[in-house]
Amino acid sequence: MNQYPLWKNLLILGVILGALLLAVPNLFSQDPSIEITAARGSEVTEASVAEVRAALETAGAPFKDIETREGGKLLVRFASSADQLAGQEAIERSLSERYRTALTLSADLPGWVRFLGLSPMSMGLDLRGGIHVVIDVDMDAALDQALERYVGDFRTELRDRKIRYLTVAREGSRILVKFNDAATRDEAQRTLSNEFRDLDIQPLDEGGNFAIAASLPPAQQEEIRSFALQQNITTLRNRVNALGVAEPSIARQGDRRIVVQLPGAQDPGRLKELLGATATLEYRLVDTEHSVADALDGRVPVGSRLYRERDGTPILLNRRVIVTGDQITDASAGFDGQSGSPAVFVNLDGQGARRMRDVTTENVGKPMAVVFIENVTTTEVVDGEAVKRTRKVEEVISVATIREPFGRRFQTTGLDGSNEAHDLALLLRSGALAAPIQIVEERTIGPSLGQDNIDQGFMSVMVGLALVLLFMALYYRVFGLVANVVLVANVIMIVAILSMLQATLTLPGIAGIVLTVGMAVDANVLIYERIREEIRNGSSPQACIHAGFDKALSSIVDANVTTLIAAVVLFSFGTGPIKGFAVTLVIGILTSMFTAIFASRALINLIYGGRRVKKLAI
Amino acid sequence: MRDLGVINELNIDFMGMRRPAIILSGALMLIFLLSILIRGFNLGLDFTGGTVLEVGYQNPAELSDVRAALEAKGFTGATIQHFGARTDVLIRLAPQEGEEAGAQLSEEVFKALSDAVEGQVELRRVEFVGPQVGEELREQGGLAVLFALIGILIYVAVRFEWRFSVGAVAATLHDAFFVVGIFSLFQIPFDLTVLAAVLAVIGYSLNDTIVIFDRIRESFRKVRKETAIEITNMAVNQTMSRTVITGGTTLLVLIALYAFGGEALSGFSLALIIGVVVGTYSTIFVATATVIMLGISRADLLTVPKEGAEAGNTLP
Repeated sequence: MNQYPLWKNLLILGVILGALLLAVPNLFSQDPSIEITAARGSEVTEASVAEVRAALETAGAPFKDIETREGGKLLVRFASSADQLAGQEAIERSLSERYRTALTLSADLPGWVRFLGLSPMSMGLDLRGGIHVVIDVDMDAALDQALERYVGDFRTELRDRKIRYLTVAREGSRILVKFNDAATRDEAQRTLSNEFRDLDIQPLDEGGNFAIAASLPPAQQEEIRSFALQQNITTLRNRVNALGVAEPSIARQGDRRIVVQLPGAQDPGRLKELLGATATLEYRLVDTEHSVADALDGRVPVGSRLYRERDGTPILLNRRVIVTGDQITDASAGFDGQSGSPAVFVNLDGQGARRMRDVTTENVGKPMAVVFIENVTTTEVVDGEAVKRTRKVEEVISVATIREPFGRRFQTTGLDGSNEAHDLALLLRSGALAAPIQIVEERTIGPSLGQDNIDQGFMSVMVGLALVLLFMALYYRVFGLVANVVLVANVIMIVAILSMLQATLTLPGIAGIVLTVGMAVDANVLIYERIREEIRNGSSPQACIHAGFDKALSSIVDANVTTLIAAVVLFSFGTGPIKGFAVTLVIGILTSMFTAIFASRALINLIYGGRRVKKLAI
Repeated sequence: MRDLGVINELNIDFMGMRRPAIILSGALMLIFLLSILIRGFNLGLDFTGGTVLEVGYQNPAELSDVRAALEAKGFTGATIQHFGARTDVLIRLAPQEGEEAGAQLSEEVFKALSDAVEGQVELRRVEFVGPQVGEELREQGGLAVLFALIGILIYVAVRFEWRFSVGAVAATLHDAFFVVGIFSLFQIPFDLTVLAAVLAVIGYSLNDTIVIFDRIRESFRKVRKETAIEITNMAVNQTMSRTVITGGTTLLVLIALYAFGGEALSGFSLALIIGVVVGTYSTIFVATATVIMLGISRADLLTVPKEGAEAGNTLP
């Protein structure tokens, strides 16, 4: 009686050993580190290691080691964050032209742990410090902007077709166009419906006026909204990369929010400046007559300028601008009607269209480029004075050959796929078309507060655990020791699962672990109290153990399932701190059921099972 | 020879005390309700919106100096208090007109503080929550409580019987209301982590309630003669040691969390400490008393379908 088959014991042992292995990476220290990547046009090589080493040694910045990482990165470890900052300054000062640095935390894992692909829990911003910002995209403004663009388009279209109208104006969420008589109105409706298939265009007669009302159908509105959100995410990604943060996270939250998380970053001011950056575009002809190599040597032809494409390839462009970003009224990704290949469709306003037609008529067969320009205002402290500096970032995002003359509407094909088409369309709209954004939530946690939170959290887990272990051992003796072994196994399993899922551990998450420690013994208490009752009823020791586990089972399951319901609701409704707490609570409930029901039974079976027992030490 | 140990079999007439207990609970609930209606809550930044800065000084800081430094730069109406240590100061500003202003505000405030003192001031934490977000978080919190309760109501009704379901929800609401009421009465800051704690209290209180319900159900099936009140009393007494021990170990870790977890978790652990104590009380006096008052009888439980194994073991 009370013996588990060997396979069951081995399985339980296996699960716990597996958990122990997964939890191991958390034992190693997390070093403040700098991640070094090559700037555009250069590469991280073996020589870079020597360069970085030399730069650090000259500056007298102490570091632990330098290693090469996958994906062309170098990682320099430091003993403290003060050293880390000194190191970053040293590298920036002497090597900033070719390398970019980013502050990060990196666990100092021995080779075998890394070989197994194990990693420690990822720490939330409240534990490691950093910036958390929630950005709201103004969807009403995005829709208004879209309608305003159509107002302009309507005017141009009606004028081109020589249809006389009285007024074109936006009224709330629709566009009203008024006419003198019904015949013109009907003609206009036919023309406009044909040209603007996205819109819902209906005749509207009121008070003797002849008018048509155009509105955006719900599907179209939805598309504009999701486009506005995605466009902002794309531009934010581009800009945040300039912040020098190792693992920035930019994610959509709900219908209109974007969450930006920058672990380790300390200056929310810089982030806000980046968010306030303005972007525009320029269409220019490519200078095919002069040599790029000469220009690189410093002999740039008079009418041209040297630019770089996104991959760093140099390119010579004509100084004269054909069309700028604010003349683009729409840009969208789709597919070419004839070839079916991915394409970007661009609409220009009247003035832009005329310029474009003139230039393209003369230059069929020649390449044309789009330059993306971003103005970022940064505040830097120079000699104790805050100096505002505007940095201009220019890069060529697309080069295409002019196939035929075009004006108001044109398309770019020959793109690598629909993803590229999508990205290009987003960038083309970032000039005048970006939906306005605002920061609605900001949390910045300094590194020292993060470390305090880790220390205090760790301390409370340890003290709480020690108190419970002591009490259980005193009160339940041998059975108490069994409960203690499985309680420790439980904590290890929670850490293991958090590491495996790469779930983020936050301060409330630690509180969840502490609470689980207190509540996890409940299952053991239920079982042990049952066993004591059975002893009082005079059953034999073996029968007591068996009945104790058996009868407590339904209580344990019911009690845990109800708590689980509460925890799952917390998880699905909660944001931020609530979610962090719910994650560890859910994991803790599940692991504690496993350890209390199976692991403690296995241990008690090993101690008492299959032999004559006179008395239970409980 | 049989072993004779300490007789820790209790026989307290808990159900006999149910009327005074309900009067006590009712009176407290009334006080809390009045407090919530009249005093309201000391809502944290998460729910009201606004800006909070936590700054660390090198030397202990006088709050009046900090206030003077802020007012000199035109930041009036700030709440200023020490946070944890004498060197740490927490500054809270109400939501400003225009969201952009809110996001910029923290930098200006910090600059005002750094300029005012010799030596370095460390910016430990900045939190800015827009008024709109605050409102959403309030709404979400309310919804979370509501859905947790509905989910539990359904589960208990399916696993037990509707009277138990009502009893469990009554006890749970009682506990949640109690914790929230104390936070209102003593104007303890109520933030998102406290809300999480209230939800955890719901989980804990239920856990406790379900264990006793489980025992009541079992006793009803096993014992044939006694009245519902006697059976309930028996079940509560039999599970008493478990109730005390589990409550005790949970309190142990919560006190550790309160003592060592720092300021950020003090509201959270306090809410849970109150919740665990009240949860234990409500299990006995609210949950089971409600079931009794709704007129539970043996017949109600026998009709509930149950897994064959356990029913087979316990029924003659």
